[in-house]
Amino acid sequence: MMRYLWLVPVMPLLGFLVLAFFGRNLRKSIITLIGTGTVGLSALLVILIGIEFLTSPPAGNAFTLKLWTWMSSGGLSPSIAFYLDGLSLAFIFVVTFVGFLIHVYSSEYMRDDEGFARFLAFMNLFVSAMLILVLADNLALMYLGWEGVGLCSFLLIGFWYKESANAAAARKAFIVTRVGDTAMALGLFLLITEFNTLDIRSILETAPAHWTPGSAKVVWIAFLLLGGAVGKSAQLPLQTWLPDAMAGPSPVSALIHAATMVTAGVYLIARNHVVFELAPIAMKTVAIVGASTLLIAGFAAVVQYDIKRVLAYSTISQIGYMFLALGVGAWSAGIFHFMIHAFFKALLFLGAGAVIHALHHEQNIFKMGGLRKEMPVIFWTFLAGSGALAALPLVTAGFYSKDAILWYSWSSEKGSLFLWAAAFLGAFITSIYTFRMVFITFWGKMKTHIHLRPGRAMLIPLVVLAVLSIIGGFLETPHNLGHITLFSGMLSGVLPEVHILHSGAESTELILQVLTALTGFFGIYLAWHFWMKKPGFLFRLKQTRAGAALHHWWLTGWGFDWVYDLLIIRPFTWLSNINKNDIVDYISIAPSNLVVWLHNLTRRSQNGNLRWYAAGIALGLIITLTIALFL
Amino acid sequence: MMEQIPVEQSLLLAALLFGIGLVGVLIRKNMILMMMSVEIMLNAAGMAFIIAGSRWAQPDGQVMFIFILTMAAAEVAVGLALILKLFHLQKSIDADEMTQMNDITEASESN
Repeated sequence: MMRYLWLVPVMPLLGFLVLAFFGRNLRKSIITLIGTGTVGLSALLVILIGIEFLTSPPAGNAFTLKLWTWMSSGGLSPSIAFYLDGLSLAFIFVVTFVGFLIHVYSSEYMRDDEGFARFLAFMNLFVSAMLILVLADNLALMYLGWEGVGLCSFLLIGFWYKESANAAAARKAFIVTRVGDTAMALGLFLLITEFNTLDIRSILETAPAHWTPGSAKVVWIAFLLLGGAVGKSAQLPLQTWLPDAMAGPSPVSALIHAATMVTAGVYLIARNHVVFELAPIAMKTVAIVGASTLLIAGFAAVVQYDIKRVLAYSTISQIGYMFLALGVGAWSAGIFHFMIHAFFKALLFLGAGAVIHALHHEQNIFKMGGLRKEMPVIFWTFLAGSGALAALPLVTAGFYSKDAILWYSWSSEKGSLFLWAAAFLGAFITSIYTFRMVFITFWGKMKTHIHLRPGRAMLIPLVVLAVLSIIGGFLETPHNLGHITLFSGMLSGVLPEVHILHSGAESTELILQVLTALTGFFGIYLAWHFWMKKPGFLFRLKQTRAGAALHHWWLTGWGFDWVYDLLIIRPFTWLSNINKNDIVDYISIAPSNLVVWLHNLTRRSQNGNLRWYAAGIALGLIITLTIALFL
Repeated sequence: MMEQIPVEQSLLLAALLFGIGLVGVLIRKNMILMMMSVEIMLNAAGMAFIIAGSRWAQPDGQVMFIFILTMAAAEVAVGLALILKLFHLQKSIDADEMTQMNDITEASESN
């Protein structure tokens, strides 16, 4: 079965090609069949491959499928080769399976859009590029996928390109991630100069002998790779593009900007974990970036009006948790949270999309309300997703994945009290903003008339994802709750174990768990109290000057856009205004101007008068003779 | 034995002739007279060849003069034919009136 691994990314690519070239002329049912069918076949194939991989593991717990040599130049010869191990298996499973559900959902959600075929074509291309990213055997091929998903993200954010705000959001996403991508490319070039190869495994195998831990080169490389990860995963300081990326259709937000693409940075760091472990300061930076991002995005999410922006900030915050886990060396906990997050955040985005769809493109949560009775399936699935996001104890998957991160940020030898406190506070805020959104959207009075109800193709993916958001957590449970390690067992050959500093601290773990669970419920109570029971208090707070300023500050995502506008965009446009006519061009324009000037000067001598010409010849002769005789 | 004319004096005569011819070309407007002046200049050049041939007692100088004489005859034939043709076109043989091939009228629009 694993021989057919190449079909996994090729199927959606074929779907893309067919839809891109013939989609215009096909019937909608055929477009749906091609668009969702190719991804569905990929998902089926991944499940079959996964079963074979887990039941009869290949030698070394990894499988490489080399197709051909991509290019060969100066000793560097990256090949088109796919590499399957526990880590890439987890990623391709999420990409194809969640991707398939989102495709099914969008076959109804986007059906009446005039660009239906174009939409599914881009989505298929995205799935293909993402699969290439995570399956790549070398960093060059990975970079191809990396840029491919960036391109699809750009195309799909600007899908409704007729509104200039959407096109601007697409450009912003593209340009901001480009900053990170450039850093990553520089990191890859440094790796080439060091190892003369981009093959991931040979780099990881030779790196510990090649560098002493903390040497300048490896720190540089780790930081440059981190730059790429930070850009793609919308972490501090490059997180500003993700809230604006919500301009795309909801399935796009679910697939690209929640479940898969934005976690590519997590994959990059986990894949190159050896490099990061050799650069302790970069590891520490990863943890700090994650911790500060999860707090900043959490606070910003509390005040958003737009349901999709709440979810966008929550995504940034949850990826912050993953970075925190990676930074403290809890590699498999970070990947586990990636998978669970993909389930519940895709669910929440799809649920939000269904609500927006039903309420005639209303995205403001304060204009929703009372949908609990009207849309029961969406309510219950949304509640399941929200419970997982807020990490309600024991019953939701989010509890198990987040609890692992909280525990390791405290107990790992790279963890600290501050990191744990940030994660703990983040969990508290998460439950506040999550249930603020749930209460305002589904409780209270109805404010907008329901204009169309979601059909089966939209509800089934929601139900499947809701079930996964509940039971997905039982793949991996803490020591004191069954101690199931199916997921980390799968990753054990790829990613190193986390080093626990406070050994034998089961009681501490229990105390922390109870504390987290209680704050989660307390957050829900606060959300109920402040937004449902006594909304007057917050209203009065907003009337005060400080309250209004704080509200505005958080609403604009801590003013990062303003700072970047002031520090980068304004000086840049100022410089471009000065250089409007391209100063460098004058170097080439000047000679041509000189020639024209000389021409205008000498053309007067061509007066057509024969006697002048004769005089000119005579004068020239005299001058020439004089020079010949006297000089 | 006849006394030789000094080479400086005879060359001065050739230069004087050349100068007269040149001035004629420059100040005359009548094209026939301009052509006659050109003939004078040609003869001045031919004379310089003969002077040089006699100074070094070589026949080459006179050979060159024969060449120049032939060329001058051909030039006059062609030149007179052109002047005749021009007179038919322009009803004039004034050189100053024939300035159509100038680049002054449509000035300074090229860039």
